[in-house]
Amino acid sequence: MRFSLVLLFLMMLAPVSTTLAENDPNPFNRLFVPPKERIKTLKDDGVHDPQVPGLDLLQQPADAFKPLPTSSGGNYVNWVTALRTGKIKPRYSQADPKLEAMPMDMFIVMEVKGSMPNVSFPHKAHTEWLECTNCHGEIFVPKKGANRMTMAEIMLGGKCGICHGSVAFPITECRRCHSEAKQAAKTSTKPKK
Amino acid sequence: MKAITLHFKGNGLIACMAWAITLLILFSSSAQAEYGDVVLNNYSSDAGVRPVIFPHWFHRIRYSCKSCHSELGIVFKAGASKIDMAKIVNGEYCGACHNGVVAWSVENCDLCHSAANDMPTQVHMSTRQILLKGDAK
Ligand code: HEC
Ligand code: HEC
Ligand code: HEC
Repeated sequence: MRFSLVLLFLMMLAPVSTTLAENDPNPFNRLFVPPKERIKTLKDDGVHDPQVPGLDLLQQPADAFKPLPTSSGGNYVNWVTALRTGKIKPRYSQADPKLEAMPMDMFIVMEVKGSMPNVSFPHKAHTEWLECTNCHGEIFVPKKGANRMTMAEIMLGGKCGICHGSVAFPITECRRCHSEAKQAAKTSTKPKK
Repeated sequence: MKAITLHFKGNGLIACMAWAITLLILFSSSAQAEYGDVVLNNYSSDAGVRPVIFPHWFHRIRYSCKSCHSELGIVFKAGASKIDMAKIVNGEYCGACHNGVVAWSVENCDLCHSAANDMPTQVHMSTRQILLKGDAK
């Protein structure tokens, strides 16, 4: 009851606030576009041709993502959680319906110069989707410490940046990789007995 | 915001780049289409058809990366697999699934060829695209 009253009140306010917003030099967000407003529909996303017959048949990203766990960048979907909680069930192989992923649970801690926390690379979250040869071949040498990389390289689409910045969560989510406090890392790089 | 500056203290270059990119990503109002929409236009515009939009996010809900990037030989760079219509009709790349058995077949031209005319090959909203604005790969 109280809720519907509030709703009514808001509805009465709505036309006033939109006219205000147009001329208001001090809107709450001036430069920042909140995520909800950023993703337009396929018709006005600037990439699709709004004239294409059958555009209505294609799925709107927002509809697809509605039931999925959220994150703060990229698709605004936490794909790792979506997979682990069974919210999505991608087929591991398109050729062999019986094939299942064989995730490997191993962390590689990389020491980071400067003040950012060290990077902990989780093999599991990657091998749930990918095969060893997707990375170990042209991208990464399978040897700890043998893969030197810089943030600049990653931002320009090298190494981690091949996927993180084009299809997987982007590098603006610093803390998902820089997650290992420096002291803790010193002990965890020693081989575990 | 303040917290971020603190973390980057001590490394000027990275701090600068990180700021530039954060600002660009957060404030670019021209960025619109979904993250991971891949536009393919090696041949389309030249052949007089609309370029292709491959909704990467849509497919990863249904298939693991390995399905396409190992089994179908699709490489990790937009446009680099040189997918064309002949290969698709032969059952390669998109044609491995869009064959009327696994998913709708190639006769639905407009579902794939849906990009605005002359849209260059790119991964929309990619960090690289945003950093090197104007240079669409
Ligand atoms: C591994 C299998 C597979 C491959 C490879 C594949 N697709 Fe798909 N695609 C699907 C499936 C499954 C659907 C969902 C079909 C349905 O709605 O029944 C789909 C749907 C689509 C859609 C429609 C999405 C929507 O909004 O409904 C488009 C567009 C598309 N694919 C384009 C492509 C293009 C372009 C390629 C090649 C670059 C490609 N696909 C390769 C399996 C695949
Ligand atoms: C499953 C998605 C898909 C469907 C459906 C599809 N195409 Fe394509 N088509 C592609 C892709 C991918 C390319 C390569 C895009 C590029 O790089 O320019 C392409 C390229 C082309 C080209 C450029 C030259 C060439 O031969 O490759 C023409 C012409 C073309 N398509 C016509 C059609 C027509 C006509 C239809 C409907 C009968 C159709 N396509 C349906 C995905 C599709
Ligand atoms: C249905 C097939 C399919 C699936 C599943 C798929 N991809 Fe892709 N991916 C493609 C196609 C097609 C391209 C464009 C390649 C080309 O044009 O040569 C692409 C491009 C890419 C690129 C290049 C982006 C760039 O910056 O140019 C990366 C990185 C990538 N995929 C990673 C992944 C990852 C990681 C996953 C799993 C989460 C995945 N892909 C799942 C089909 C797929």
